[in-house]
Amino acid sequence: MLRQIEGSRAVAETVALCRPEVVCAYPISPQTHIIEAIGAMVASGALAPCEFINVESEFAAMSVSIGASAAGARAYTATASQGLLFMIEAVYNAAGLGLPIVMTLANRAIGAPINIWNDHSDAMAVRDSGWIQLFAETNQEAADLHVQAFRLAEELSLPVMVCMDGFILTHAVERVDLPEQPQVDAYLPPYEPRQVLEPDDPVSIGAMVGPEAFEEVRYLAHLRQLDALERIPAMATEFEEVFGRPSGALVSPYRTEDAEIVVIALGSVLGTIKDAVDARREAGDRVGVLGITAFRPFPSDAVREALSRARSVVVVEKAFSIGFGGVLSTDVAMATHDTGCTLRTIVCGLGGRPITRRSLEEAFAAAAQDELDSLTFLDLDHEIVERERTRMTTTRRSGPSAENILRDIGTVASRMD
Amino acid sequence: MFQVRIHGRGGQGVVAAAEILSMAAFAEGRHAQAFPSFGSERMGAPVVSFCRIDDRPIRTHEPVMEPDALVVQDVTLIHQVELFAGLSTDAYVLVNTSRSFDELGLGEFFGGFHPDRLLTCPATELALEYLGRPLPNAVLLGGFAALTGQITLDAIGTAVRERFPGAVGDRNMAAAAAAFRFVTLEEEEMVHASTD
Repeated sequence: MLRQIEGSRAVAETVALCRPEVVCAYPISPQTHIIEAIGAMVASGALAPCEFINVESEFAAMSVSIGASAAGARAYTATASQGLLFMIEAVYNAAGLGLPIVMTLANRAIGAPINIWNDHSDAMAVRDSGWIQLFAETNQEAADLHVQAFRLAEELSLPVMVCMDGFILTHAVERVDLPEQPQVDAYLPPYEPRQVLEPDDPVSIGAMVGPEAFEEVRYLAHLRQLDALERIPAMATEFEEVFGRPSGALVSPYRTEDAEIVVIALGSVLGTIKDAVDARREAGDRVGVLGITAFRPFPSDAVREALSRARSVVVVEKAFSIGFGGVLSTDVAMATHDTGCTLRTIVCGLGGRPITRRSLEEAFAAAAQDELDSLTFLDLDHEIVERERTRMTTTRRSGPSAENILRDIGTVASRMD
Repeated sequence: MFQVRIHGRGGQGVVAAAEILSMAAFAEGRHAQAFPSFGSERMGAPVVSFCRIDDRPIRTHEPVMEPDALVVQDVTLIHQVELFAGLSTDAYVLVNTSRSFDELGLGEFFGGFHPDRLLTCPATELALEYLGRPLPNAVLLGGFAALTGQITLDAIGTAVRERFPGAVGDRNMAAAAAAFRFVTLEEEEMVHASTD
């Protein structure tokens, strides 16, 4: 049903249609609206049977989700940023144990300095945890990916994280075609656990594994993620058959057929990128876009295929590896190392910095002229950085940098951007 | 695409205003995107929200940098935040106050703008009269509909009633309709004044 609805609400209602049996979460912006809405649905009886468990921390939220999943329940949680970091040990455990928990990650920056706004640092921090990570471009896709996530998770017995940009998507009120219960029921079969804690048929889950088998267990996890590379496109096809709209897949290409330059990115910035690319197309640059929906497992073959005719690739990232550069760029570089494609990285949108079409257009135009640096920090104010660098050089006790910079730029509340 | 920026303070329903406007556009079969400025909103702190309206799907997720219309729910913000950033002289401006732009000291600033696109509207007074509470957000949407012609008062009513079911929605709708009448009369007077 078509609704004009907040992204968080659309996700909450869609998750409810997936009939989770245990929902457990701890509030943290910008994820809170999702969990509040699901909590209200459980309280009102609209979502039943379902147990909503209040816990004292994110660590407990993931731990309870692990317990619920191991006991055979369809388990769901949501978090963001510091909340994800606080549960990180349990995040690894959920994947290592092969428990098909679905979690929404409302992407948000990680402190310090404390920042509640959007970027992808949190998702990147658990990139290697063994979770499948799917990124939503729109609120429609965010809703739809959750339906696919439960099915994918349970079929492969692996946890799936659906990443949606905090605030930019979670708090945006847009048109969403919400799934209907019969459609979801037709698409998502009841949870049939591969392993379950049952008194009548006792097993232990979570044994200590020494050097004699640890590598094999890890390699098996890798193979199962590679299985997901096969299953994700198949599930997207089936999704379209049931729901009548395309959603999901490993990658989503846009105007790449004849593109010399392909821009690669994750999440909601793809929309702004497409507008910028259309403008560059009108100016004569042959630019295309490749959205990465499945970040883990990384679809190396699909990326290489999409870039087969490109001479240059520009990776637009909302995170970076301090002391090195792009994170997604590294994966793209590995996937395309034998294609002769030039790779450039644009880091942008950190801590909620607006990513404007104008700045992207300028960068893409520079890339078309081979004038874009290999690593560009979009809209970075070098003067502000230099001022603090000078202060640090000239004064031993220069003080805390973040506070110095805030003082330099003036009252934050008075700025529009 | 028509882009709107709404300024106010935490507690005045700034975010709800953009949401209601987007729901009204949706009710008219159009595409719309409403979102807040994502600050740590607190009662009384400056808050900004945005709404885009278009006939085709809206892909961009950048903030509204160059609004086609500006709605100011709290006149005390005029000297506190960069209210008019990115505003072209073709923009519509609706300010919640019983004073005129000249009385606000903004006459000169708006000199190059279209006079028929600039209006002040005593939305707080109308809100007090119809709602008994100083909540100007839905009221100003009625004024916005009359000023810009981008949305019908009926669609605003549908959205207001969806967002605030029951008597609260009815009273907000009555207040929005009053603002619509107020702005329509002001516009007519302006036309008469210019033809006299």
